[in-house]
Amino acid sequence: MFRNQYDTDVTTWSPAGRLFQVEYAMEAVKQGSAAIGLRSKTHVVLACVNKSNSELSSHQKKIFKADDHIGVAIAGLTADGRVLSRYMRSECINYSYSYESPLPVGRLVVQLADKAQVCTQRSWKRPYGVGLLVAGLDESGAHLYYNCPSGNYFEYQAFAIGSRSQAAKTYLERKFENFMSSSREELLKDALFALRETLQGEKFTNSTCTVAVVGVGEAFHILDNQTVQALIDSFEIVGEEVPGNDEGAAVDQGTAADEGAPADQGMAPMDV
Amino acid sequence: MNLVDSTQVNSTLLSSETASSERTLYPYVTGTSVIGIKYKDGILMAADMGASYGSTLRYKSVERLKPVGKHSLLGASGEISDFQEILRYLDELILYDNMWDDGNSLGPKEVHNYLTRVMYNRRNKFNPLWNSLILGGIKNGQKYLGMVSMIGVHFEDNHVATGFGNHLARPILRDEWNENLSFEDGVKLLEKCMRVLLYRDRSAVNKIQIAKITEEGFTTYPPYALKTFWNFSAFENPTVGAEGSW
Repeated sequence: MFRNQYDTDVTTWSPAGRLFQVEYAMEAVKQGSAAIGLRSKTHVVLACVNKSNSELSSHQKKIFKADDHIGVAIAGLTADGRVLSRYMRSECINYSYSYESPLPVGRLVVQLADKAQVCTQRSWKRPYGVGLLVAGLDESGAHLYYNCPSGNYFEYQAFAIGSRSQAAKTYLERKFENFMSSSREELLKDALFALRETLQGEKFTNSTCTVAVVGVGEAFHILDNQTVQALIDSFEIVGEEVPGNDEGAAVDQGTAADEGAPADQGMAPMDV
Repeated sequence: MNLVDSTQVNSTLLSSETASSERTLYPYVTGTSVIGIKYKDGILMAADMGASYGSTLRYKSVERLKPVGKHSLLGASGEISDFQEILRYLDELILYDNMWDDGNSLGPKEVHNYLTRVMYNRRNKFNPLWNSLILGGIKNGQKYLGMVSMIGVHFEDNHVATGFGNHLARPILRDEWNENLSFEDGVKLLEKCMRVLLYRDRSAVNKIQIAKITEEGFTTYPPYALKTFWNFSAFENPTVGAEGSW
């Protein structure tokens, strides 16, 4: 995208019918580090690449719990993401207070979308520069939504956002048809594999990624480091080529690993 | 525009009460007991169709059992005008719920909790809605039956009653209610309770209405009168033990 005379205000249309400021906001999402989500009938998994300013600093928090049954992963301007997470938490708890019941995810997502839309139609505001992958459970099952700075929202079987997310999307496009019937473990495995695709050779350990799950009978929570490392270890034995759709839950441990664990390669500094 | 937030719903309806001297002090036109029980297919409720104006049994065709949304049934005793106000609140609530048009709907638990918040909120402002409400319903196979009083006390149980029903009907229900009542048995049980209330509650009238809510929806039955029995020998010759008295 190049600078042009219609991109100064969010309230200025271009002759082609585009709002460039909104599109630029969506660019900001693409610059953030990757976040992916996938869901089955009963569970939703969110996984993110951890990014830190330098080796000395801590990692950016990208996954937020909004309620026991809803969580969100963000990509883009994390400050905007934090504000929206706070809004989500507030809406969830207000609904629970009035109705003693969890807020249906579909409604929260619409409220978020409407909130984002407001910022695309006020001259004194700017669009939120963050994309949200909302994972949640309600009466009709498990859901994964993507909320865009433009105010659009879509429901997905699986999705990836942020930098190098295309690699993850390609992986997910191959496998998504089976996700509805996947078990929790299969879903986690696919999430980690998809995440690995975005790292493209960089070191893949429990410190470079964050994984969160929500499911029927399982409140939304972020998996702790040891659990993630154990999952990486148990799934990582397979080489670059991921095994084809297997019925069983167990990963083929027998296939020869070509490249093996990326831990062999030198650690490359991550793009900030 | 945030349509879901219930506090917003309340404020649009309450904003007309700006004069501080307008507060509920006493009830005027009141309905008497309502009884509700869970049964095999859902919830059964019974109430008479009377509304008293003090000690006068003034109105005799007042419906005190009303459906709420697709899944719930509301029965009220106490001030009838406040009951009508509550029905307006609920109408607006259900309307906004339907406007989402997203396959989700408010179930009996949600409506009960919403009513609790409304009643408690009014109580805190010293301007109560002078009602005892019974909210029952069934959603996705889960039966729910709860009560809210005018001060916001709320609870759930397998059988609930308001007013005199608590004293006269609930002991019968405690003895004779069970999990798998059929519709006929449920109605018989409710009739037994309503009959006792008819004998002993001075504000009861002999025109009762039964309503039920099941997974299929709400049904209300035409009002009818209970048979009463007055042929007790003590009534026929009341002064037999004390000649000259009355």
